[in-house]
Amino acid sequence: MKTFSKLTWPYIAWISAFVVLPMLLILLYAFTKEGNSIITLSFTLENFAKFFSDAIFPMVLWRSLKIAFFTTVICVLLGYPAAYIIAQMSEKKQAFAILLITLPMWINMLIRTYSWKGILAYFDFDSQINVMIGMVYNFLPFMILQIHTSLSKLDRNLITAANDLGADSVQTFLRVTLPLSMSGVISGITLVFLPAVSSFFIPKLLGGGEYVLIGNLIENYFISVGNWNYGSAISLIMALVIILSMFVTKKMDQKTGGEE
Amino acid sequence: MKFIKKLVSSAYFWLTMLFFYLPIIYVIVFSFNESKSLTRFTGFSLQWYQKLFESRSIREAIYYTLLIAVIATIISTIIGTLTAIGLSKSNKILRAIVLQINDIPMMNPDIVTAIGFMLLFTSLGVDKGLGTILLAHISFCIPYVILTVMPRLRQLDDNLAEAALDLGATPLQALTKVIIPQLKGSIISGALIAFTMSFDDFVISFFTSGPKVSNIAIYVYSSIKRINPTINALSTIIVVIVTTVLIIVNVVPMIKDRKTRGIEE
Repeated sequence: MKTFSKLTWPYIAWISAFVVLPMLLILLYAFTKEGNSIITLSFTLENFAKFFSDAIFPMVLWRSLKIAFFTTVICVLLGYPAAYIIAQMSEKKQAFAILLITLPMWINMLIRTYSWKGILAYFDFDSQINVMIGMVYNFLPFMILQIHTSLSKLDRNLITAANDLGADSVQTFLRVTLPLSMSGVISGITLVFLPAVSSFFIPKLLGGGEYVLIGNLIENYFISVGNWNYGSAISLIMALVIILSMFVTKKMDQKTGGEE
Repeated sequence: MKFIKKLVSSAYFWLTMLFFYLPIIYVIVFSFNESKSLTRFTGFSLQWYQKLFESRSIREAIYYTLLIAVIATIISTIIGTLTAIGLSKSNKILRAIVLQINDIPMMNPDIVTAIGFMLLFTSLGVDKGLGTILLAHISFCIPYVILTVMPRLRQLDDNLAEAALDLGATPLQALTKVIIPQLKGSIISGALIAFTMSFDDFVISFFTSGPKVSNIAIYVYSSIKRINPTINALSTIIVVIVTTVLIIVNVVPMIKDRKTRGIEE
């Protein structure tokens, strides 16, 4: 049986080349000067210094975090009731409802985002609202599906027990259903917040050109400007901020879990 | 009271559905618009469909999207399945390390994975094109295949493969005749996930493709700077195809189910 473990070797080689090496390259570029070659490699922190000394970039990062945060909050507020309603349906209707929600997800995200252009043209929202609508539209299905999964796994006997012990429906919801579905909410938050922070085609399509998020900065530095060192540094900062926020979310999850 | 509750629930549900489907319906309607406008419907016309079928770049984009998705699915399913089998027989430490690295592409924002590939290919002096997109797609599909096949492997009875080996089967025979057939279902769902991930991808394709190769998403992205109603027509066709396939996949088993139940009755 041990011979089968050799089957992992090709993939170990693969991830070394296509997962580990690219990440190391981003690190290398972020900490080196522009126009370096392997022979004249000189390390520097100036890419990071540039990010924080320029007034625009921290502002863009802050704006990206803010819009991702509000998108996530809206997705929880809109998605929870929807998931709850679906979980109450009969099994057949549930399957149909889930199919209705997943169906648009099979259509390319870019095309779905593009399809808002016409409708939004009727309204006179500012770019930020347009972008947020596009994000909620793209990411709400993830939230509903995650919460629905955790709600449908919930043991119905617990709700019956709470009712039998004299809890009214509000108490049952707040004390039993909601805490037990928190894991779904948390994984939903991860699935919404992460792509929302780094998104660059939603602001580009719906923000009307001048609205820039951190993803657009990265795209600009790699595609138009061609300063990969600086682009790598920005990506690294973004990745760190995302990891940090995920860590905070996970800690919150453990806290709410501890109260059960 | 109960009636009102039900009414509010179903109203909320259908409003959510309206939110999801309104833009799609809007695009379908305006794909038949006579004028270029995205806000005023001036009359019925099929000209955008005609333009769509005449456009070589769109035909090429559709061709490349499908070609990339099919090749990436086949290769990532093979590598992913073999890796999952290998990992289930490896020692704990190796397995933990590989699975940890396997998580990186899934946890990373797409744009970070994408620029990683871009830096890799340029550092190695590889020309960006079909080959580089394929390598990138295979890479981000494999983790999903591994994670779909692994749970099924844990449920397998090790003794079966062991018995096959004891009865004189070569490891290759044990693999193809005993282990893989038992994994069939999870391999198929892994392949399906890989296909949709590849078919849907924009960000990673955008950063790893050269000027000669573009998929549907890249085409849409590069042509949105000006209003281009052929994209409405293209979207409509994709919506129709996706909906038909999903209905067939979901409804056919239901009908089959009903038929077999009818026979039992």
